Amino acid sequence: MGGPHPWIPNAGGLESLLEKIGVGSVDELYSDIPEKLRMSPGEWDALPIGEGRPLSEVEVARRWERLMERVRSFRSPPPFMGGGVWPRYVPAAVRYIVERAEFLTAYTPYQAEISQGLMQALFEYQSLIAELLEMEVVNASMYDWSSALGEAFLMAVRVTRRRGKVLVPETMNPLHRKVAETYLYGVGVRVEGVKCDRETGLLDLEDLEAKLGNDVAAVYIEYPGYTGVIEENARTVGEAAHKHGALYIMGVEPISMALLEPPGRLGADVAVGEGQPLGLGLNYGGPYLGIFAVRWDGRLVRQMPGRLIGLTRDREGRRAFAMILQTREQHIRRARATSNITTNEALMAVAAAVYLSLLGPEGLRELAETTWYMSHYAAKRLSEIKGIESPLLKGEFIMDFTVRLPEPAREVRRRLRERGLMAGIPLEGHAWFTGRDMLLTVTEVHTREDVDMLVDSLGEVLGGR
Amino acid sequence: MGWRQARWDEPLVFELDRPGRRGFTPPKPPREVVEAVGPLRIPERVARREPPRLPRLSEVEVVRHYVRLSQMAYGVDNGPVPLGSCTMKYNPKVALKLLSNPKLEYLHPLQDDDTVQGVLEAMYKVQEWLAQILGMDYCSVHPAAGAQGELAGVLVMRRYHELRGKLGFKREVVVPDSAHGTNPASAAMAGFTVVEIPTGEDGNVDMEALRAAVGEATAGLMITNPSTLGLFEERILEVAELVHSVDGLLYYDGANLNGIIGRARPGDMGFDIAHVNLHKTFSVPHGGGGPGSGPVCVRRREVVDGVTLEDLLPGPRIVYDEGEGVYRVVAPGRWSVGMLRAWIANTIPVLWAYIYILSMGPQGLRLAGEVAVANTNYFLKLLEDVMGEYYSLPYSPGRPRKHEAVVSAEPLREKTGVTAEDVAKGLLDRGFYAPTIYFPLIVGEALMIEFTESETLENIEAYARALKEIAREASEDPERAKSRPHNTSVGRVDMVYANHPRTVTPTWRVKRLREEGKLGPLR
Repeated sequence: MGGPHPWIPNAGGLESLLEKIGVGSVDELYSDIPEKLRMSPGEWDALPIGEGRPLSEVEVARRWERLMERVRSFRSPPPFMGGGVWPRYVPAAVRYIVERAEFLTAYTPYQAEISQGLMQALFEYQSLIAELLEMEVVNASMYDWSSALGEAFLMAVRVTRRRGKVLVPETMNPLHRKVAETYLYGVGVRVEGVKCDRETGLLDLEDLEAKLGNDVAAVYIEYPGYTGVIEENARTVGEAAHKHGALYIMGVEPISMALLEPPGRLGADVAVGEGQPLGLGLNYGGPYLGIFAVRWDGRLVRQMPGRLIGLTRDREGRRAFAMILQTREQHIRRARATSNITTNEALMAVAAAVYLSLLGPEGLRELAETTWYMSHYAAKRLSEIKGIESPLLKGEFIMDFTVRLPEPAREVRRRLRERGLMAGIPLEGHAWFTGRDMLLTVTEVHTREDVDMLVDSLGEVLGGR
Repeated sequence: MGWRQARWDEPLVFELDRPGRRGFTPPKPPREVVEAVGPLRIPERVARREPPRLPRLSEVEVVRHYVRLSQMAYGVDNGPVPLGSCTMKYNPKVALKLLSNPKLEYLHPLQDDDTVQGVLEAMYKVQEWLAQILGMDYCSVHPAAGAQGELAGVLVMRRYHELRGKLGFKREVVVPDSAHGTNPASAAMAGFTVVEIPTGEDGNVDMEALRAAVGEATAGLMITNPSTLGLFEERILEVAELVHSVDGLLYYDGANLNGIIGRARPGDMGFDIAHVNLHKTFSVPHGGGGPGSGPVCVRRREVVDGVTLEDLLPGPRIVYDEGEGVYRVVAPGRWSVGMLRAWIANTIPVLWAYIYILSMGPQGLRLAGEVAVANTNYFLKLLEDVMGEYYSLPYSPGRPRKHEAVVSAEPLREKTGVTAEDVAKGLLDRGFYAPTIYFPLIVGEALMIEFTESETLENIEAYARALKEIAREASEDPERAKSRPHNTSVGRVDMVYANHPRTVTPTWRVKRLREEGKLGPLR
């Protein structure tokens, strides 16, 4: 393949470039690769990669359109599905800013002076989340909620020097629990469930007390929980954890923080969470945004993972930003680093900063309230259908809630699909629930008509109950 | 006229707060809904008492604020970003256009497989193509970034030895001293002890040291090839044989894949596990630090009866059901190291790589690698006349470099006191992003430079000229050279103030509470 290439400026002049280097052919530049390992261009070009030949932009666009024809996006109504990431509206201005080339195509801001704007945006992200959670230190992002939780547990193991177990609610997000188990596999620490009340979904404080001991590195709760239930005893859980020398980790959904007392006021040592609702979209799996925050305690800050941007000054005394406390990180500390993380979700953090700046305190509160009203409207209307227990748990909720159906949830979901609805998450795989239970989510993207359609369709597919 | 970056003295978004403004209005709940459910109920004990101190701005102000900030940032679309080991390629706009498809925004990762066949097909093909590119057999696009791909890889190592009943003594992972910091950090996270081995004078791994280090306790070896010196590891087959002889696994860090793509494959070199960074070799934009994507791949190799390395891969993974002709998402099975994040993959970056690979085809990928390597060697050619005087090229200066070169500014520092960091700042002043500096650790005053295939002849020449100019300035006026940068948004940043326990300010909240006397030094 010779000649010009749109993304490879020197492709057309490769011959003269080689001449200037003083080699006869490209092969000479690879001459130190043992012959046995060298692939000839003929061999390589015959590999089944792409379509076996370069495609023009026109051809690629056509291929893509064909692929997208085989994607069914539920827009009207949007999916009634959360479970850790949620359908939320992405304001146009958020998308506009994160597509700014200077942010989109930048690397990690290793050179501070030429990267001030990016670092200020990341510092603002850290600061906005700090206000939302009332925690003093927030890093510039982890991959997602679950990996942030895995790292929080590893951090708790280091801080407490306890290698026994961590305690979690048995109702917790099963996917988050699996990820935490993967992160703890290397250090051999167990994840143990604490019982939850069958009626309310709240953590069983007696069982927590019974399971606490000097082998527990951390106690974790979700706030609100995977089931949607708001853990009212959040403060008491933290006190119990601290009494036994364990760290207290809270996992949060950020928009709910407009209505809920923040983790910083409930005794949390570490707060983790999912930034996806803050203007990121669902995008079938990512990129998302792991929130990671700790309170002002050097013992915690020096053990936290991830990148931190700090406020400082330049040599003329002007305000400036820099990467700080880097001796925690892998490129300096290597095997003794607090984590191996380097690439994170920086651009998503910028998106979250734009989102929170747009909404402000009142916008966020109104959004949370609308969410509360719409989901409660859905739960109430569903409870009017004979045979449905809605909500299944009596603890208060904001956005997600569980229902018990008279028939297997998976089957009900399939029938709703036939009517153009993507309903909730069947909970058959969750040990705490039954095959007839479903996790539903309603947010500001759902209209009253959407909810009515869900309710009416559910009534119909349940066969005239 | 020289290059100048925007300098806006832009306040923090908190300082732009004005009562009565807002940038987004959420929908209100309809009256009938409010009537049906009654007043908002939040349990008293956990109801928020004070609203969060978020700023209030109109959309106009928010957009202007972040546009100004973007003007004080620098990416590949602004100019050359030749950061070594970061492979900062141009990010083709066709991918940005196609991925702006609004269909993707509401696609929930737990939607039924049959509703997302197009997305699954693309991700499945990326798995298949990467296997071909790397010479491996099976891939998982699940890991969110290179470091997570590495963690997955060493966890595969751990599970391999566990299933073979050898974890009791397979405690060590061997890593060359030129390795990326993520290698030892990942090995430690997986519960291994890290054994570092030195690099020989020829730039290859010191075989004698390696022989001494490898033994019964060796779980595996992590290495990148070409190395961070930009040199191909010439004795890689010998290394592989040695590690395999003690039942260790060989791990390939794909950060430097651009140095050999189209010419050699890790799978053929004897690697059992490999990860790649889609945000490096496959043109996915880096977003100022992320998102990325770090697929991990393995060879077909038996672990114990009926279990192969494929079964150990993290997931969910995407498989193709030939009988039904459909793609499926498959949860990790009983032997898998498990899930590393809650959802299938960093889907958008994976789809970006799909568009890139589809556009390039095997010929385009090979050409990219070849031009990247030629660019590196042309650049070194341009520096020949100052080598020894101001700069040097440690480790086999006669050997061709691959994707990157590590130039040392040691001679310059000895003569003038001007360091690699000062050189970096001098480059910023001339409108270039600086190289990766002080890495790898085995090169003094290291300038690690990687142009990739995206850079023009003229920019490479200008960059080489800039390095010479900086050296000249250092000789004539070292103070000026050390005072740079002058043309960026701010001058040299005070790192001591930034990190001091009394002044360290990771958030605006810390600044406020400290000023109110509510926070002491960070202890």
